[in-house]
Amino acid sequence: MRYLLFLLLFISSANATEKLRWGADIQSGAPYAYKAPDHPEQMIGFEVEIVNALAHELDMEPVFVQNLWEGLIQGLQRKDYDIVINGLEITPDRAEEVHFSQPYYLTSERLTVRKSTMDINNVPDLKDRRVGTLEGSLAQRILKELKIPIQIIPYAEEVTAYSDLALSRTEAVLLDEPIALYYGQANPSLKIVGGSIGEMAYGIATRKDNPELSLKIEVALDKLIRDGTIRSILERWNLWNSQTALAWHMDAKPLSAPVSYDKYLETAWLKRPFGEKVKRYVSFLPMLAQGALMTMEISVLAMILAILVGLLVAMARLYGAWPVRWLALSFVEVWRGTPLLIQLYLIFYGLPHLGIRFDPFLAAVIGLGLNYGANEAENYRAGIQSIPRTQGDAAQALGMSWWQSLRYIILPQATRVVIPPVTNDFIALLKDSSLVSVITMVELTTTYGQLASTYFDYLGIGILTAAVYFLIGLPFVRLSHYFERRLRV
Amino acid sequence: MLVEIQNLKKSFGGREVVRGISLEVEEGELVALIGPSGCGKSTLLRCINGLETADSGTVRIESMTLQSHEEIGRKEFSRRAQALRQQVGMVFQSFNLFPHLTVLENLMIAPRVVRGVNAREISLALLEKVGLGDKSENYPEQLSGGQQQRAAIARALAMSPKVLLYDEPTSALDPGLVNEVLRVMKQLDVEGMTQIVVTHEMRFAREVADRIVFIEHGQIIESGKPEQIFSKPQHERTRAFLADFL
Repeated sequence: MRYLLFLLLFISSANATEKLRWGADIQSGAPYAYKAPDHPEQMIGFEVEIVNALAHELDMEPVFVQNLWEGLIQGLQRKDYDIVINGLEITPDRAEEVHFSQPYYLTSERLTVRKSTMDINNVPDLKDRRVGTLEGSLAQRILKELKIPIQIIPYAEEVTAYSDLALSRTEAVLLDEPIALYYGQANPSLKIVGGSIGEMAYGIATRKDNPELSLKIEVALDKLIRDGTIRSILERWNLWNSQTALAWHMDAKPLSAPVSYDKYLETAWLKRPFGEKVKRYVSFLPMLAQGALMTMEISVLAMILAILVGLLVAMARLYGAWPVRWLALSFVEVWRGTPLLIQLYLIFYGLPHLGIRFDPFLAAVIGLGLNYGANEAENYRAGIQSIPRTQGDAAQALGMSWWQSLRYIILPQATRVVIPPVTNDFIALLKDSSLVSVITMVELTTTYGQLASTYFDYLGIGILTAAVYFLIGLPFVRLSHYFERRLRV
Repeated sequence: MLVEIQNLKKSFGGREVVRGISLEVEEGELVALIGPSGCGKSTLLRCINGLETADSGTVRIESMTLQSHEEIGRKEFSRRAQALRQQVGMVFQSFNLFPHLTVLENLMIAPRVVRGVNAREISLALLEKVGLGDKSENYPEQLSGGQQQRAAIARALAMSPKVLLYDEPTSALDPGLVNEVLRVMKQLDVEGMTQIVVTHEMRFAREVADRIVFIEHGQIIESGKPEQIFSKPQHERTRAFLADFL
């Protein structure tokens, strides 16, 4: 009996800690998943509510993992998270890579234009126009397959697609109805025109090698659809539509008020007085500080790695036997001659295919560290070579070994020479670290993107973020000046 | 014999710079190597402490022997050369003090790194001896050329070598600063230090050297007491060379 109790306890505690790790991109995430404008530390959105309902149903703890939308499926395959719920349309080519649940929402594409535009009312009117859409979206594919000439402008962010439309940089935007509602319709200078275009269904993606979880999700989702939980979530977000109602044999008329949508309109689009704006900026500081801390951690560790790698490679190039020299030279040439972005993708998404998996933090440090290591190697080589040979002669004439003369005579002098270029590189690395947002790291630039797209404020928050970058680089510049002065003879 | 060089040969890129030189130096002797520029005397000096590797021939200092790479292998050569250099000091034309260290640290670094010894007291005494007692905390670039070269001599002495080699120690100095360096060398000679000096200072060589060795085209043409070399050189080449100086 006691054993049984133990077993029960064990099972229940194991269940309680089991995590439902879900991937999504909260940048320009409304109404799917985004930071609450009035409480930026809090995540809201209809998909957040669906995940919470699912997790509750499955007695699991939901854990959110940020990734860029374009990389959501790769991240799933890498096992950074176990499910994706983020407006992922069920398409045949995606279904080949991952398993999809039944749709949790059906919708269509909608056309948005400026309120002053009168001559675009439907797809045929798009002939010879500049039309914005999201890169890699179904809407982009629909535009490409149209038999009329259209200039397609692909964007990475919903916010920018619609703000460019408002600025007359494009004539129309074609995107999913929820996006059109939240970014188009909500914008006082834009309007949705025409009817539904195309048809699509959002599904929950799981890995194909994880049928157990796929089944659990399917069962739970089915229950939540039947008991009306999903419907009421969609209604709150003003997303309940005839397509979804038809598929689920329900009434297209909403039962409740779109409270979340109304709140969104109030909080996100309200013009605020200056004082309140400043107050809001101050409220961002803890989040920006958190992002800055991550940026610092990555940069400092990557720089330490870069210095070690650089020193090693410079030595190999200067003093190694020819195969070693050749290897070192190849390393420098290859790493210096290829883009950091590609290297990060290769390390994070490519290496897992060979069975080598790094977590995002480690991948970021290794990627930046090796890339800058190649630069450092050349700095040190130049520094060492700038010290006259006669210094080595003098050291060896005093009975020092080759290594001792390097360690005590050559390197200390070379260090002095390379402090300015190495500082320069560190500042460059600090800024380049913004690239690691592509491998799911939430650092300063990612934080900026999330905040700016939540508040439609790329200017104020942008200046704030730039200032933070500048400020965290400053102490290192001072430190290098100090060392330069101290080591100057 | 403290130093014994036998049939040393060295070429650079097919040009034979040292062509079979044999030389013996007794303890306490000051030997001046003279000869026209490019005659191979500096290379000979660098072969003696293994900064250059001879193509053939032998250098022996006390019980330590250096031979060519072919004869003893590269590894063994550098092992022996490093051991030998701890007993053989060298003073360079361009001083080669370590610019990132103070004068005192310049003296102390080799004893510390090579022998693990704190040579502070000895170093201060040596600086006092070469007349730089008040410069110990200065950096080399704050010193005049003559002061730098005296510091370099003191640095070599800090390892208490058995032999000191000088490679044109006064050639880079303003004429007014030459004597302060030569005075130190003279003082060391009086104290019994063995010194081999490549020099163009004929007056110094004549006055202080125990023996003069005249080298031309990588060979010893003539050697002997200063009086004999300067007053009645045996060889026509020696006469011609000295005529240019006097």
